[in-house]
Amino acid sequence: MSDAPAITPAERDELRRHGILLTSLQELYTWGNSNSVWPLNFGLACCAIEMIAASMAKFDIARFGSEVFRPSPRQADLLIVSGTVTKKMAPQVVRLWNQMPEPKYCIAMGACAISGGPFKQGYNVLKGIDRFIPVDIYIPGCPPRPEALLHGLVELQKKIKGFQLTGPDAPRHLRADSQCDFPVPEFGEHDLDPPANPEVWKAPTIVRTK
Amino acid sequence: METLEQLRDRLLARFPGAEVSVVTNPGPAAQHSLLLGPAHARAIALFLRDDPALKLDQCSNVTGVDWPDKQITDTVRTPVLDAAGATVRILEEKTTRLRPGYLEIVYHLYSIALRHGPVILRLRTTNRTDQVTAPSLTPVWRACEFQEREVFDLFGVVFDGHPDLRRILMWPEFKDHPMRKDYVEPDDYEWEPTPHGTVLEKAKGHYPPPAAGPAAKTEELKN
Repeated sequence: MSDAPAITPAERDELRRHGILLTSLQELYTWGNSNSVWPLNFGLACCAIEMIAASMAKFDIARFGSEVFRPSPRQADLLIVSGTVTKKMAPQVVRLWNQMPEPKYCIAMGACAISGGPFKQGYNVLKGIDRFIPVDIYIPGCPPRPEALLHGLVELQKKIKGFQLTGPDAPRHLRADSQCDFPVPEFGEHDLDPPANPEVWKAPTIVRTK
Repeated sequence: METLEQLRDRLLARFPGAEVSVVTNPGPAAQHSLLLGPAHARAIALFLRDDPALKLDQCSNVTGVDWPDKQITDTVRTPVLDAAGATVRILEEKTTRLRPGYLEIVYHLYSIALRHGPVILRLRTTNRTDQVTAPSLTPVWRACEFQEREVFDLFGVVFDGHPDLRRILMWPEFKDHPMRKDYVEPDDYEWEPTPHGTVLEKAKGHYPPPAAGPAAKTEELKN
């Protein structure tokens, strides 16, 4: 691909006006992938109400090709973690994630899914779903408005469109060395066991600037 | 509806030997309650439900309270008199005693039929370690079932006579009782955006040690 003569986007647009479409397999692949992101029909708390609102006519998530909320993880591409993940629920969320086929993406919607939110210090609330699942897009808010979810979806599409299909920067599902199965935490005597997946999450380090 | 004192006297007359006393609430709510002994609690509850003057047919709320061991200081003031009988000084004698802790279960009862309430019942366990049994009132009010399970789950009160005593919020393998005062939560703190109080203390254990030097000192002062 690198041997091909360089062509500028302006030249491409000029050719397109004359009815000649130049593209690459990568572009076609990511274009199709990013415009058919089917979310899992899965809600956890009040953020799910906003997610439902985003799928209705007023906000119309169908404009972005994501109107097909699948009731089965086998048919879904996108897990929108919309709400508080309790420790009792966390293994089920990871299990759903494992049942989704690659390529799959995860959006952490709202303060609870990102960090535990207002319930962060609760005894039964997971301090962010990114402790067990690799999260692609974080949408802050409590809850985020449907526009924010749509913006998150557009950002996810941008991310998908930027994928390199080959090389070390390839997405997870195109690399041989990456895992698609994430360990499901077990119920321990005092906490989830393990409390976080060290493969995907480690505690943020504080950088002291002064 | 009759006052709580009248109700207590009527219960004592109806159930001789029962432990019934009025626990006053000194707060502005002034919702006083009836403390029942475990032996007659269920019989008294049945009476409260079926008595035509009370008809407390709805149990709207069951909750638990954890009372840990508490040091209580009693102060006895004795005036020291001189020969003429006037007070010279007041001798203060302080004695401390340990009030052993217990778990308490509070029931709020209303009457839908007669439109009055609430009548508040309290039950207490003997202690909060090994004798944590209390009579279940689920056979009297079916609405207690889930709430007593919740009290069992979060406080560790074992309800005697409950039809299905399992944990309801936490998973069955869980060993602790999170709403007890001495519950130690798992130490999975990380960086906290706006830490203060106990959260700051817990999060500090996970912060990297501050670098030596004057710059680090100012940063600490800012925190």
